[in-house]
Amino acid sequence: MSGVRVLVGTRKGAFILTSDEKRQDWKIDGPLFGGWEVYHMKGSPVDPNRIYASQSSSWFGQIIQRSDDGGKTWYAPGGEELPDPYGPPAGISNRFLYDTSAETGAPLTTHQWYDGTQHPWEFKRVWHLEPSLTDPDVVYAGVEDAALFRSTDGGKSWHELAGLRGHGSGEQWMPGAGGMCLHTIVLDPTNPDRIFVAISAAGAFRTDDGGKIWKPINRGLRSEFMPNPTAEVGHCVHRIDMHPSRPNVLFMQKHWDVMRSDDGGDSWYEVSGNLPTDFGFPIQVHAHEPETIYVVPIKSDSEHFPPDGKLRVYRSRNGGNNWEALTNGLPQSDCYVNILRDAMSVDRLDSCGVYFGTTGGQVYCSPDSGDHWYPIVRDLPPVVSVEVQTLP
Amino acid sequence: MSAMVSQVRVELPFHLRNLAKVQGEVRLDVPPPVTIQTVLDALEAAYPVLRGTIREHGTGKRRAFLRFFACATDYSHEPADTVLPEAVAAGKEPFMVVGAVAGG
Repeated sequence: MSGVRVLVGTRKGAFILTSDEKRQDWKIDGPLFGGWEVYHMKGSPVDPNRIYASQSSSWFGQIIQRSDDGGKTWYAPGGEELPDPYGPPAGISNRFLYDTSAETGAPLTTHQWYDGTQHPWEFKRVWHLEPSLTDPDVVYAGVEDAALFRSTDGGKSWHELAGLRGHGSGEQWMPGAGGMCLHTIVLDPTNPDRIFVAISAAGAFRTDDGGKIWKPINRGLRSEFMPNPTAEVGHCVHRIDMHPSRPNVLFMQKHWDVMRSDDGGDSWYEVSGNLPTDFGFPIQVHAHEPETIYVVPIKSDSEHFPPDGKLRVYRSRNGGNNWEALTNGLPQSDCYVNILRDAMSVDRLDSCGVYFGTTGGQVYCSPDSGDHWYPIVRDLPPVVSVEVQTLP
Repeated sequence: MSAMVSQVRVELPFHLRNLAKVQGEVRLDVPPPVTIQTVLDALEAAYPVLRGTIREHGTGKRRAFLRFFACATDYSHEPADTVLPEAVAAGKEPFMVVGAVAGG
């Protein structure tokens, strides 16, 4: 019997919600890694039992956790190796070091700080984990301060794809209020050498050679908070999504504006249309309808809650511009939660399920593409990320 | 165990005990000299998952929100090669890794 497994990362641990294909009765497991921030968990598309989790803490730093049994048990890959008991620590578990080597690295060691001065690159945490579409041992990590890392040994060791940070504009990148994070990694299912990433507040970037050479793909974006609103870099992209059947069509929720590209990011145009506000964080494409997309409008960059206290998901069935409010089952008064950029996902069952988590600790599910909603749970810690696995 | 090797007691904060899957104090065989660095080296060797959680990867610096106490003295700002008191080396007093408190 098929079903779904919803992986929920929160400010105080992780939770796993499971159900059969009816999505009526749910089993709640957790908290995993209680007391730690879990920015993201994601399963391998080729081995659903393989799940990676980013566990972090301002006190104790970054831990990568891995499960090989669908989330029942976890371990830190690499952390189990026992080196010489009196030698220096030999392991490489959880180590994210920027590559500054002459052979493969980027000499760049500073980026723009809030006051305009240059500031050293400093690793803080992993925001997003993106497992390979073909190999469960290959996984990408988007980190703060912004860089892209890759592991080819199931998370034991990590190596920076330094061409991104060193491609030329890095010294102009600047952190937003949430830090300078690489939060979006989109893999092209038709071309393993093509990867899209997004960074706040630098913009979107693409490689066509597996990560060696990168270029900014921000033409058409306009950000009024920048001295030059159409500059090549500096845009605060919040999230990008793609339907796997059309890898040249990208949808973006920017700091303000919902955008679309039909040429793999070479150019963008606005599709905010009749949204009540085009500020927001997540954007998600329907599992089976490439022109059906979802956003959750947020009042403004100064007021991170839904307009009028009404929690409304907006759906466009024709690729943007024409949006309808989805409200059935969602609170329509006195609701002042936020929905963060990685906190929305879809399943791939015949009737596509849509899910999102809130900073108020609710995880909502719609088993019918957004027509009806209900909360799976109401009182988790603030939800940072939601990913869904569709199980055979 | 060699007669030269000290058995040092280390007290870890809650989250690091969970991560290392230990309860109570950790006891470590530490070759002389017993310093901040040799104790942490022995700790990370015995519990590799703790690498990077107390000292930064790469720089080896103490993480900002952690403190090192021993014998009612704050060793947080002392050089890594600082020799710890004999009471720590003898296992009479623990070397304490302490998380800074956070309110709210």
